Amino acid sequence: MLDTVLLIVFAMIGLSLLLNLWRLIIGPSIPDRVLALDTMYINVIALIVLYSISMGTGLYFEAALLIAMLGFVSTVAVCKYLLRGDIIE
Amino acid sequence: MISEWVVSILLLFGGTFILIGSLGLLKLPDFFMRLHGPTKATTLGMASMLIAAMVYFANSKTGLSVKEILITIFLLITAPISGYMLIKSAIHHKLKPKEGTKGLDNIEDD
Amino acid sequence: MRLQARFRWLPTPFRSLFLFIVWLLLNNSVSVGHIVLATFFAIFIPILSFSFRDPQPLILKPGLALKQFVIVLYDIIVANLQVALLIVGPSKKLRPAFIKVPLDLTHDMPITILASSVSLTPGTVSAEVYPIPESLAEGEEMTQRYLLIHVLDLDDEAELIKHIKKRYEAPLKEIFQC
Repeated sequence: MLDTVLLIVFAMIGLSLLLNLWRLIIGPSIPDRVLALDTMYINVIALIVLYSISMGTGLYFEAALLIAMLGFVSTVAVCKYLLRGDIIE
Repeated sequence: MISEWVVSILLLFGGTFILIGSLGLLKLPDFFMRLHGPTKATTLGMASMLIAAMVYFANSKTGLSVKEILITIFLLITAPISGYMLIKSAIHHKLKPKEGTKGLDNIEDD
Repeated sequence: MRLQARFRWLPTPFRSLFLFIVWLLLNNSVSVGHIVLATFFAIFIPILSFSFRDPQPLILKPGLALKQFVIVLYDIIVANLQVALLIVGPSKKLRPAFIKVPLDLTHDMPITILASSVSLTPGTVSAEVYPIPESLAEGEEMTQRYLLIHVLDLDDEAELIKHIKKRYEAPLKEIFQC
C-alpha cells in the first residue's frame, strides 16, 4: 500500500513544483519570483524525503537539511538585495 | 502494519497541504495574499511529511533517526522570517495590493 | 524583566540548552563523547558570541514557555486547515486587509517571537514593526511600537487585535516578565 501512496504523493509534489514554476515564469514582480523559488526549495526537500522513504535509507536527510539551510539563506540574501541594493553594507 | 497506515495518512496529508500551498501561490490575486500559501500550508505539509518519515524509519531496520525533527524545527523557525523579508521587500517595491484591500493607510513609507 | 543571567559563564542558559540538544540531534547519538562535545559547545559558543549581540530578556517562566509552544503548535494545525479551505474556495470572496496592532512588548526578542507566531497562525502574516529604527531621528526615543500585519480574510478588526493580544502577547509578557 505504501508504494501506491508514495507514487501518489510523488505526483502531488511534482504537480506543485510545476505550479511554482508557472508562478516563477509569469511573475509579475520580482518578490513573486523569489517567493516561488523559496517554495520550490521547500518542495524539493519534500521530494528528497519521499525518495529516502522509497529507498529505505536515512542518508538523504543530510542533503535535505543542507538544502533547507541554503534555501533560507539565499531567500534572505535576495530579499536583502531587493531592499537595499546591497547584501552586506 | 499500523505504522504503515500512519505513514500513508501522514504522507497524503502532507502532500495535500503542499499542493494547496502551491495552488494558493498560483491562484490568489495579489502578492500579499499569495504569501499566505507558502508560509503556512507548505510548512505544515513539510512538518507532517517529516513526521511520516520519522515514523517509517523508527519501524524499519535502519532505526530511529532524529534529523527530521531538526529539519522540522528549522523550517518552522525560518518560514516566518523569509516571509517577513519577502513582504518587506514587496512593500519597499510598492507592489499594488488587490482592489478593495482595507487599511492601506496603515502602511508607512520607509 | 531580567537582562543579565545569574552566572557570568552562562550568559544565555536557554540558548546553551538549545545548542546542546541540536548537537545531539545532528549526530543522532547520545554517546559519552558527543555529550562532552555538546557540553563544550553549549558553554563556549554563547560566551564567544555573547558580546556581538544586544542583551535580550531571559525566559523567566520555562513551564509557561513550554505551554505557549504547545498552544502555538495546536493553533498552527487548526489555522492551516482554515487557510487551506480559504485558498481552495473562491478567491473573490476574500477580504484582505492590513491592520496595525499596538504592542506592549518593548524588546526585539519577544517582538520577534510574537511576529513569528502571528505569521504561522490564523490567516495573518506579520509585515513590519513600526517605527523603523533607521527612520527615527538621532537621539529620538522609541515610543509605542506597532506590528503591521496582513490578514487574508478579515472579519472584525477589533476582535482580531484583541485575540492576538490575548492569545499570543499576554503569555509572552508573562514569560519574559516585561
